[in-house]
Amino acid sequence: MNKELVDRIKHNPKYIELVTKRSSFAAKLAIFMLVIYYGFVLVIAFNKEFFATKLSADGVMTVAWPIGVAIIIIAFVTTLIYVVKANGEFEDLEMSIKNDVKDIL
Amino acid sequence: MLKIFTLLGLSSLALFAAEAAAAADTLNLSAVAMFFVFIVGTMGITKWAASKTKSASDFYTAGGGITGFQNGLAIAGDYMSAASFLGISGMIFLHGFDGMIYAIGFLVGWPIILFLMAEKLRNLGKFNFTDIAAYRLDEQKIRVLAACGSLTVVTFYLIAQMVGAGKLIELLFHIPYAWSVVIVGALMIVYVTFGGMLATTWVQIIKAVLLLSGVTFIAIMVLSHYGFSFLTLATEAVSMHPKHEAILNPGPFVKDPVSAISLGLALMLGTAGLPHILMRFFTVNNAKEARKSVVYATAFIGYFYIIIGIVGLGAVVFLLSPESAMYFKGGVIDMKNIIGGNNMAAVHLSHALGGDIFLGFIAAVSFATILAVVSGLTLAASNSIAHDLYAIVIRKGKATDEEEMKVSKRTVLVIGIVAILLGFAFENQNIAFMVGLAFALAASANFPILILSIYWSKLTTRGAFIGGFMGLITAIVLVVLSKTVWVDIFKFEKEIFPYTQPALFSILVAFISIWFFSITDKSARAEQDQAGFEAQQIRGETGIGADGAVDH
Repeated sequence: MNKELVDRIKHNPKYIELVTKRSSFAAKLAIFMLVIYYGFVLVIAFNKEFFATKLSADGVMTVAWPIGVAIIIIAFVTTLIYVVKANGEFEDLEMSIKNDVKDIL
Repeated sequence: MLKIFTLLGLSSLALFAAEAAAAADTLNLSAVAMFFVFIVGTMGITKWAASKTKSASDFYTAGGGITGFQNGLAIAGDYMSAASFLGISGMIFLHGFDGMIYAIGFLVGWPIILFLMAEKLRNLGKFNFTDIAAYRLDEQKIRVLAACGSLTVVTFYLIAQMVGAGKLIELLFHIPYAWSVVIVGALMIVYVTFGGMLATTWVQIIKAVLLLSGVTFIAIMVLSHYGFSFLTLATEAVSMHPKHEAILNPGPFVKDPVSAISLGLALMLGTAGLPHILMRFFTVNNAKEARKSVVYATAFIGYFYIIIGIVGLGAVVFLLSPESAMYFKGGVIDMKNIIGGNNMAAVHLSHALGGDIFLGFIAAVSFATILAVVSGLTLAASNSIAHDLYAIVIRKGKATDEEEMKVSKRTVLVIGIVAILLGFAFENQNIAFMVGLAFALAASANFPILILSIYWSKLTTRGAFIGGFMGLITAIVLVVLSKTVWVDIFKFEKEIFPYTQPALFSILVAFISIWFFSITDKSARAEQDQAGFEAQQIRGETGIGADGAVDH
C-alpha cells in the first residue's frame, strides 16, 4: 500500500466516518457483552450462593439456569445486531471509499 | 509414507473387525451397521472433495467458495466437537450446572471475535491469522512464534478429541482403548491428507445438521417423559443425582475465585486464538458473507448449548434409574462405574431413549464429529508449519504450491502420531476440561499478539516475539505443574500449581511482557514496525489492497 493511497484514504471523510462509527458501535457491543459475561463469572467466583437462590420457595430450580440461557440468547442477539448494521450501513461506506480511490488502485 | 499409514489404518480396522467378531455375542450389530453406513458416507464426501481440491487455496481455505450459511454450519460443526457434545453433557451428568459454565464460555467468545477482530482478520489475512500479525512486524519471527503457538493449542485440542473418539470406539466395538486411539489417528491422517479444507468443510456441514437433529431428538424424547417441562425434569434429576440440589448450582469445577476467573478468561478469549476457527473466516469469498456466517454459527451453537443442558439432565434421570444397570460396570449404578467414563453419558442416553439404531446414529455422528474437528485442527497446524515455517521462513517465499502441500501432508502424519501417543496418556480426563486447557493456551499465546497487532501501534517485533513466547511457556508450565498433568499423569503426590486453570496468570504474563519489551525496544526494526501501523489500519478497516480470500 503506497503513501499516496494511505494519505488519500486517511483524509477521506467517509473513511473517518466509517472508522469512528464502526469502532464505537463495536466497542459498545463488546463492552456490553464483556460486562454481562464477566459479571456472570465474578458472581461464580465470589458469590456462588447467589446462583443457588431458588426461583420459587417450593421448587428446586435455581436462578443459575435461566441466567445461563439468557446469556446465550443475549450473545446471539448482539451478534445479529452488529451484523445487520455492518452489512448495511458500514458496508455501503466501505464500498464508497473504495470507489473514491478507484483511480489509483 | 501416506500409503503406509493408509495400510496401517486399514490393517488396524481389519484387526478390530476380527476382535469384534470374537466379541460378536456382545456386539451391538445394528448400532455397528448404522455406524459403518455413516462413516463410509463421509469418506465418500471426502473423496468427492479431494477430486475438486486443486490448489493450495482449495486445500487450506476451500478456495474461498463457501456461502455464509454453509460456513456458519461449518463453524458450528467445528464448535460442536466431541468436547461440546460428549464432554459438556458428561460434565452436566457428573456435576450439573458446571457443564453450563463451559457452554456459556465457549459461546460468548463469538460476539467478541466478531466485534473486535473479524473485520480486520479478513481484510489483513490470506490463509491464516498469522498473516495479520505479520503484516507490519518482522514476518519470519512472527511466523515462528505463531507456528509454535498454533501447534501447542492444536495438540491440546487434539488430545480431547482423541480421548473422546477412543472411548467411543471402545464402547461400540468392545475393543481396547489403545487400539481405538490408533484407529482414530490413522483414519484422521488419511482423511486430512486426501481431502483438505474443502472436504473438512463439507463433513462439518453435514455433521452439524445431523448432530443438531440428533440432540433435538434426544431433548424431545427426554422432555416428553416429563410433560415437556424443564422444571419437572430438573426436579426429577435433583431427586436421583447423588449430589441432589447441588447439581443446579455452580459446583466443584470452580472451587476458588482464581480458578473461576481464570476459566472465564480462557473460555472467552481462547476462542479468539483458535487457529482452526479463525481459518474459517477465509473460506467465504466476501466480508458480508463472512459476517453472516457468524450469525448463523452463533445461532446454531447457542441452540445446541441450550439443548445440551436438557441432554445432560436427561442423562441423570435416565441413566441413574434402576432399569439402566446395563450401562454400569458390574451393573452397579454409581456415577463412577459408568462404562466408558462420564464422557459417554450422552451415548448411553441415546441407547436408553432410542435403542440400538439411535445409538448407532449418535455414535456415528459423534465419531464423524471428532474426525472432522480433528481434521480441521490438523489442517490448521499443518497450514502453520507448511505455510508459515516452511514456505515463508525456510524457503523465503520461494516454495511452490506443490512443495508446500507436500510439507503440509507430512506434518499431518507427525501430528497424527503425536496425537495418538497423547491420547493414551490422557485417557481418563473429562474432554470438555481438556479443551478448556487448549483454550487457555490459545488465550495466552495467540490472542494477545493478535489483538495488540490490530490495535496497538507501538507493538514491535521484539515485544511480540518475547511476550508471545513468555505467555505460551507460562501457560504450558502451569498446566504441567497443575493437578491434571503433575498428579494424574506423572503420578506425583501433590500438584505444584494449585489452580486448575492457568489462563489468568499466563495471559497477564503475555500482555505485560509484550508491553514491556515493545516500549523498551529502540531498534530500527521497532521504528519500522510502528511506522507500518497506519497503512495496516487502513487496510484492516477497508480491505483496500487485500487479496487472497477477498475475491471481488
